Amino acid sequence: MEAPEVATELYVLLSAILFILGTLGVLLRRNAILVFMSIELMLNAANLALAAFARQWGNLDGQLLIFFVMTIAAAEVAIGLALIVAIFRSKKSINIDELHLFKN
Amino acid sequence: MENFFNLVPLIVVLPAIGLLINLFAGKYLGEKGVSIVAVGASASAFFVSVLLWIALVDTGYKAAVVDMPLLDGWIRIPSAGVDFPWQFRVDTLSVTMMLVVTGVGSLIHIYSIGYMHGDQRFPRFFVYLNLFLVFMLTLVSGNNYLMMFVGWEGVGLCSYLLIGFWFDKPKGEGWKNSEAARKAFIANRIGDFGVIIAMLLTFWTFGTLDYYKPHEEPIHAVAHAAEAEEPVFAPEVETEAEAEAALAPVSPLGVFNQAHLWLEEGGHRVDFGLFTMSLKGTLTVITLLFLLGATGKSAQIPLFVWLPDAMAGPTPVSALIHAATMVTAGVYMMVRSNVLFHAADVTSFVVTIIGATTALMAGFIAMGQWDIKKVLAYSTVSQLGFMVAAVGVGAYSAAMFHLVTHAFFKALLFLGAGSVIHGVEHGHHHALEHSHGTHHDAEPFDAQDMRNMGGLSRRMPITYWTYLFGTLALAGIIPFAGFWSKDEILLDSLKLGTEQGRLDGYIGFALLLVAAAFTAFYMSRQLAMVFWGKPRSEAANQASESGLPMTIPLMALAVLSAIGGFLNIPDGFPLLGSLFGVHELTSWLEHSVVYAHAGSFNLLMATIAVVVALGAMYVGRLIYNDRVLLAVRRDPLETDPRTSRAFALANAKLYWDEFYFKYIIWPFRDAAYWLAEKLDWAFWHDFVHERIIYGSFRRATDLLSGPIDRGIIDRAFNDVGVGIRAAAARLRTVQTGFVRTYALGVLFGAVLVMFIILFPVIRELLGM
Repeated sequence: MEAPEVATELYVLLSAILFILGTLGVLLRRNAILVFMSIELMLNAANLALAAFARQWGNLDGQLLIFFVMTIAAAEVAIGLALIVAIFRSKKSINIDELHLFKN
Repeated sequence: MENFFNLVPLIVVLPAIGLLINLFAGKYLGEKGVSIVAVGASASAFFVSVLLWIALVDTGYKAAVVDMPLLDGWIRIPSAGVDFPWQFRVDTLSVTMMLVVTGVGSLIHIYSIGYMHGDQRFPRFFVYLNLFLVFMLTLVSGNNYLMMFVGWEGVGLCSYLLIGFWFDKPKGEGWKNSEAARKAFIANRIGDFGVIIAMLLTFWTFGTLDYYKPHEEPIHAVAHAAEAEEPVFAPEVETEAEAEAALAPVSPLGVFNQAHLWLEEGGHRVDFGLFTMSLKGTLTVITLLFLLGATGKSAQIPLFVWLPDAMAGPTPVSALIHAATMVTAGVYMMVRSNVLFHAADVTSFVVTIIGATTALMAGFIAMGQWDIKKVLAYSTVSQLGFMVAAVGVGAYSAAMFHLVTHAFFKALLFLGAGSVIHGVEHGHHHALEHSHGTHHDAEPFDAQDMRNMGGLSRRMPITYWTYLFGTLALAGIIPFAGFWSKDEILLDSLKLGTEQGRLDGYIGFALLLVAAAFTAFYMSRQLAMVFWGKPRSEAANQASESGLPMTIPLMALAVLSAIGGFLNIPDGFPLLGSLFGVHELTSWLEHSVVYAHAGSFNLLMATIAVVVALGAMYVGRLIYNDRVLLAVRRDPLETDPRTSRAFALANAKLYWDEFYFKYIIWPFRDAAYWLAEKLDWAFWHDFVHERIIYGSFRRATDLLSGPIDRGIIDRAFNDVGVGIRAAAARLRTVQTGFVRTYALGVLFGAVLVMFIILFPVIRELLGM
């Protein structure tokens, strides 16, 4: 039995929506953690697109790439959260608009 | 005894050793040690000269050429054919000069011990004297003109050093001394210029400067020059020299024999590149230039002016350098070059006229001088004129004869004058001590002014008697030395006129005869003013005789002045000829002086000369009698209206110095100023350098640096910089510092990249 086919266009559409939401999150939110989560969202939107195309073409390259992306995302989380914690400790804030040491 | 010839380098080396010892150890030796070293050096050089004399006699007067040990190849450039060895020439002429220089020199060394006693620079004086001997002996002993010139310049240097020996005398005296030294040096430089050019021409013409090559004998004419105008040659000439000539690479013959052969061949022309000149013409030019050198060194018109001033030096110096030896170097040179001078008729004429005129002119000036040494200085100039005139009339042996006798009696007179000055100075000090505190103290006293003397014959008998001998010799009274030599010159010049109809012979004779009368006159004037009558000052009254070191040389020279003339008794003179031999000096010199010829005795001539001399002395004695001298305390000729103008002229030295200043030195200085201010400063500096070179350079650089560099290049770079800065100022605002702005930028960038990548797909989709 085959599961009902979901058209690849829908996956890509969902991926695009998730990516746009992530982008908007990065651009509009001031809380560093939320920006961080938005970046994760964008990464996973890309993962979704990769998986969709991989299924479309029956090619494992895309899925292989997903693992790399997830590994990098994990490393990014580790470093990024550590940075945020360090910034919070020194500035008592994680509002990214206040992070402009080089400007002044 | 031929080995003695090899000793000849010693005559230069010994005084050199003496001077080196005194130079480095003189300070520690004391006056006595310095004197022993210096006199020893001089006397041993004299001893060597005597040995050379003996050797010459022994070998039959055959000249020898000896190489300087270690230094024989002095200047040698084989590829250019230049070869100037330092060779000594021992022949009769050079040995004559060596004997005179070292003999008289030794006596004067001894005299100087007494004269310079107590001087603070006692060792230095003897260093200079020995140095002078070194150079003077180099001058007379060299076998080529270059060695002669080395000595020539060296004695000039010593003359300069010794004239200015007391350069630090107080009250401007030292300044005058050093000025006299400079004057002597500069006047001599003018003459040296002539010698240098003459040497260059000689080298160009003959390819060598050697008088004679080693083993070469002077070619003698069969007949004497006086008897035959064109020399005829002996048949057996020079096979040996010619054989060597074939082997030798360059110039097989020395200057004189080469000249002789070419003159004999006739028609030889000297190639000067642009033009050629006959040998006779070239020799005339060469000898005239040598004559210029001789007028400098031997104090003839026009360069004699330095010699009277040279009396600023210590008196032994005046005796040795400026009377007996150095000033005769010019005469020696001309006698040495007699082959060349004989060939150049024009030069001989000029030489005669210059010599005779100088003799007359200097004799005239000597009559108007008050300074005891100035009289002798002008007398020296006058006597040198006799010698030069003798060269001019071809009487080379007479010139050498007079050179020798003059060395004796003029050295004697100068030393006597030094003794007088010494004595009068002592008297002056003595007188001052006795009249201490009176007006005498402030009065300046000139110990050399003859007006302050008188009556010294009683106070200084040895000086007086020796001085009298010198005077008689100088005045030419028979039988003293000067008579014989002067008589020979007079006779030879007259013979040139009567026998060959040469005008210069007559002119020379007339001028020289008058000069001889002047000589006798000023010498009797000097005797009267210095020694006779009563003392005219307290200093003269208390003068004292000098010590033995000074009087012994005086006595020795007095003897030489008395008998020196017997060296060369003319033939035909009764008695003396058989006693002392006839023409001894001439036949001795003939071996090296090709054109030497003997003079014969002429009773009329001798009588005229002696009568003129005695008459002039008598007139002098009459005018300068004690009564007049004491009464006027001035010069009788000065006060007499008939002679006062002539006397003033003589006293002012005929205004030679003023003439030179007005017509040569000041115009020269003005020209130099003009050249410096107008040519150099105004034209060369202001116009050429400042305006043309600097100005145009300045304008060019102004153009480059102003409009081009700053206007175009700098502006271009600056404008680029300004533009970049303005753009950067705008771009800077992009950097807001908000992270989200950057994120937006990244987004736009990503979209743009995406758009570019996907552009073909989009175009396709849109169906374009």
